[in-house]
Amino acid sequence: MSAITGDRHLRAGPAVAVPKLVTMGSPAVEMIDLVKRYGGNTAVNGLTLSAGRGAVTAVLGPNGAGKTSTVEICEGFRRADSGTVRVLGLAPTAAELRARVGVMLQGGGVPPAMRCGEWLRLVSRFYAHPLDSRALLGRLGLTEHARTPCRRLSGGQQQRLSLAAAVIGRPELVFLDEPTAGLDPQARHACWDLVAELRGAGVSVVLTTHHMDEAERLADQVVIIDRGRVVAEGTPASLTGAERQLRFRARPGLALEELLNALPSGSAAKESPAGHYIIEGLVGPELLATVTAWCAAEGVTADDLRIERRTLEDVFLELTGRELR
Amino acid sequence: MTTTGGTAPLDFTPAPGAAPFPRMVLAQAGAEVRAMLRNGEQLLLTLIIPVLLLVGFSLAPLIDIGAGRRVDFLVPGVLALAVMSTAFTGQAIATGFERRYGVLKRLGATPLSRSGLMLGKTVAVVAVEVIQAAVIVGVGLALGWRPHGSFLSAALLIVLGTAAFSGLGLLMAGTLRAEATLAGANLVYLVLLGAGGVVFPLSKFPAGAQPFLEALPISALTGGLRTVLADGAALPLGSLAVLAGWAVVALALVSRTFRWE
Repeated sequence: MSAITGDRHLRAGPAVAVPKLVTMGSPAVEMIDLVKRYGGNTAVNGLTLSAGRGAVTAVLGPNGAGKTSTVEICEGFRRADSGTVRVLGLAPTAAELRARVGVMLQGGGVPPAMRCGEWLRLVSRFYAHPLDSRALLGRLGLTEHARTPCRRLSGGQQQRLSLAAAVIGRPELVFLDEPTAGLDPQARHACWDLVAELRGAGVSVVLTTHHMDEAERLADQVVIIDRGRVVAEGTPASLTGAERQLRFRARPGLALEELLNALPSGSAAKESPAGHYIIEGLVGPELLATVTAWCAAEGVTADDLRIERRTLEDVFLELTGRELR
Repeated sequence: MTTTGGTAPLDFTPAPGAAPFPRMVLAQAGAEVRAMLRNGEQLLLTLIIPVLLLVGFSLAPLIDIGAGRRVDFLVPGVLALAVMSTAFTGQAIATGFERRYGVLKRLGATPLSRSGLMLGKTVAVVAVEVIQAAVIVGVGLALGWRPHGSFLSAALLIVLGTAAFSGLGLLMAGTLRAEATLAGANLVYLVLLGAGGVVFPLSKFPAGAQPFLEALPISALTGGLRTVLADGAALPLGSLAVLAGWAVVALALVSRTFRWE
């Protein structure tokens, strides 16, 4: 995308530069001790977080963790019961923010009777320097649906249209609430490419997601929230840590005690789920040799044998538990 | 993804800014007018039924309107019906579903303010009413209608009627579920069509019911338009007062109760 970057420098006129300079100091989003209750249910329970300018911040959490409530407070749709929130240095309900912030709601927000292209063009007319709606439709693979009424678009197509509407006004900051929920792999990759491109252009992005791979791939900063509180935050690398593990698949029910005896002390071995083995400890050539020798003695072939860092998903499940909610 | 122009250069560099207010309002109004004119069910209520009633009841002696020509009696009533169908029924149903599908909420995240959105809706309603009036007047003239009275008085009645019916429509759309609004708005349309002096004169109803029927906004509009356009009266103050009362009460309730999501 070097052509675009070059183009950007040429086109950086005053309308572009001035708002950036004025607001460069504060984070894109800053919240301190945010609390939101619905009746007796506390959805957000003293949340403190900060999302950097020009960065992609992923908010992760199980269902009901308070992600959408938090984002909707930032978008000005809901009021916090207590705590402070600043979006681009302003109160979330400031009228000025409506032009500076792009929003993709979690589902809905697409008029059923309007045509796909017509809706995007309408939204573009609310902004001073919008992107070309046709080019954006093309980018998101919606060109052939431009004349389709929105109610006849598939769920994934509606999602992409919502994403387009969130960025068409050339915002400084976009909130994407589960942008890839229900998308097929192709559309998910198109969405990721778009987010990466927004970041490259200097747009701040705050997104919520259930997909750990999405956060790992896109985010500069990950915030894991559970029961309305931040339980961990940092870069994907700092959260997953340097520790590595050896994983393989084999027939279920292997006797791991013998393996453990052969491994250096401090190592751990577990089968989770059945047939999937994870060895943790000082993962190096010796450990690998010990494991494969043991496999040979057991007469099993270790399938999918690999050494890897903990994934964000491991961290997430550790922090938020495995029970269903 | 197979895209046409998938690699088209798009410059996402932030360049935020709101469009000028009039441009936003006109864009919203234009989109609403197109949506209304494309919607088959809506056209049935706003144009087809009014024109069929006008033609049918003018040509066939189905109703007894007393003295005077049937077409002179019918055009004002059908004009009032057209105003009600667009400002009340159509607007209530469309807005109810916009609320249900999160469209009002989503528009709230754009630079178009809520007052801008309401203004856009009003401009759209008025634009559709102009089209309806042109068709009804055209058909009426073809049927031999001879209008009297002041155009300004008729326009004033229609403006106040639009305000009253918009208020009532938005009151439903902003408080009830979308399905309830759909059913309710159609039911009210039918009841007021029958009992509001649109094609059946109020004098045919029992004397005891007449004061109540005359207080309805549709009766004030049909009655007011008739005294101007058929009888050539200057300003039907009674009708204007009834419509203004409905408008003030309904719009005040809307501003207190309307829920955007």
